[in-house]
Amino acid sequence: MKKVLVLFLLIAIGYYLVDVFSVIPFGADRIPEGNVRDFYLEKTVTDLNVPNTVTSIVVNFRGFDTLGEVTVLFLAASVLGSILYRRRSHDEEKAVLLPSSKIVASGSRLLFAPILLLGAYVFIHGHLTPGGGFQGGVIIATGFLLMLLAYKDYKVKHSIIMWVESLAGVTFAGIGLVGLIMGKMFLENFLPLGETMNNLFSGGVIPIIYIAVGFKVGSELTGLLYTLLNEKGE
Amino acid sequence: MTLYLVLFIFLAVLMIAAAIYSVVQKDLLYATLGTSIISLILSVFFYLLQAPDVALTEAAIGVALTTIIFVITIRNTERYEEDYHKKRNVKSPLK
Amino acid sequence: MDITTHTLLTIGFYGSSISLILIGLYAALVKKSLLKIIIGMSIVDSGINLLLVSLGYLNGGTAPIFSPTVQDTLTKTAKAVDPVPQALVLTAIVIGFAVTAVALSLIIRLYRHHKTVSIDEIKNLKW
Repeated sequence: MKKVLVLFLLIAIGYYLVDVFSVIPFGADRIPEGNVRDFYLEKTVTDLNVPNTVTSIVVNFRGFDTLGEVTVLFLAASVLGSILYRRRSHDEEKAVLLPSSKIVASGSRLLFAPILLLGAYVFIHGHLTPGGGFQGGVIIATGFLLMLLAYKDYKVKHSIIMWVESLAGVTFAGIGLVGLIMGKMFLENFLPLGETMNNLFSGGVIPIIYIAVGFKVGSELTGLLYTLLNEKGE
Repeated sequence: MTLYLVLFIFLAVLMIAAAIYSVVQKDLLYATLGTSIISLILSVFFYLLQAPDVALTEAAIGVALTTIIFVITIRNTERYEEDYHKKRNVKSPLK
Repeated sequence: MDITTHTLLTIGFYGSSISLILIGLYAALVKKSLLKIIIGMSIVDSGINLLLVSLGYLNGGTAPIFSPTVQDTLTKTAKAVDPVPQALVLTAIVIGFAVTAVALSLIIRLYRHHKTVSIDEIKNLKW
């Protein structure tokens, strides 16, 4: 009975979705002149001198939403840490992981440093090439995950993770407040833009904000994975 | 029918087949692999739609992190769904 | 491009994203194991993100990244793809992952107490 009702509901939803989206032509230029897309594409070159348009939208034009997204990630990591909390009074043993073979162990140690380098490259050059803070942070967390899975007793100091994450978050909000104090808007660009376009030191506060976001996301996701892996399976 | 179009149709059919497989399969570890195949093909689609930032993000988050947190949850709870034992009359090796 | 390529592309992108949404919704509504329900939610997230990005595509458009020599032509003559849905989907993917992580931690906590993940067995609202 329940399956029949669910199938009716899905057919109704599917019919209405197809009805709406079959009218919209795929790939056609639907919007007349003076729209948001042309505005952002022009303002990126004339106002900001930054090649990557998506970065300039995410950090500069709609930077407040990025602040909200960083807050949501922080909330998720702290909620996960507080739900899986176990009083450490009686036993200090960690979760039992099977020992890995020699190839995995030595290969992980070889690959750990290039993965960190790749992650740092992606979030430092976020305004020049595709990439940015979130992508680089996730790559860094993947490198730490490789080391956590290969070695049974690999420890990451919890206080370092906490301090890096807090300082990076304070940097992001602090830069926004400095823009407010200087008499303009919150998260306004106050550093000088570079002259040429593809220079590393160009784009005002955009690289600094993305570096802060990269550090924050990387350390946060490492802490999240460390909490999950230490859960003792019963 | 250029080569890109044939490849695109093949990938779209493979993605829907992986989605149906991961819903129907009763062994939860294989269902998680189906989800990670969906994320991988989705990352290729984002590249075909001229969106490299989104492709990077989906490849990093959808393939690596979502799969690992599903596997850790399966390790801490049960691996098989309940119907797996009832329908096949198989004694569970765990209990 | 000709008409068959265009219809194939339309059916391909819109059809696969709507199919993903419907398959994920079916898994979230019918299945009894909590882990299957979360897998269904993750599939719905993927389908919605594909639908949003495929709305901003232009025929013959290129990625919205400039270089010093082609600064002006991307807006005037050769078109660039719409960058606004890409910025939205970037945020949506990260938030989808955060919601999945919190839901899975709740499942681990429930299993610790009730020793089952089937929603038929977990009947009391308060432990």
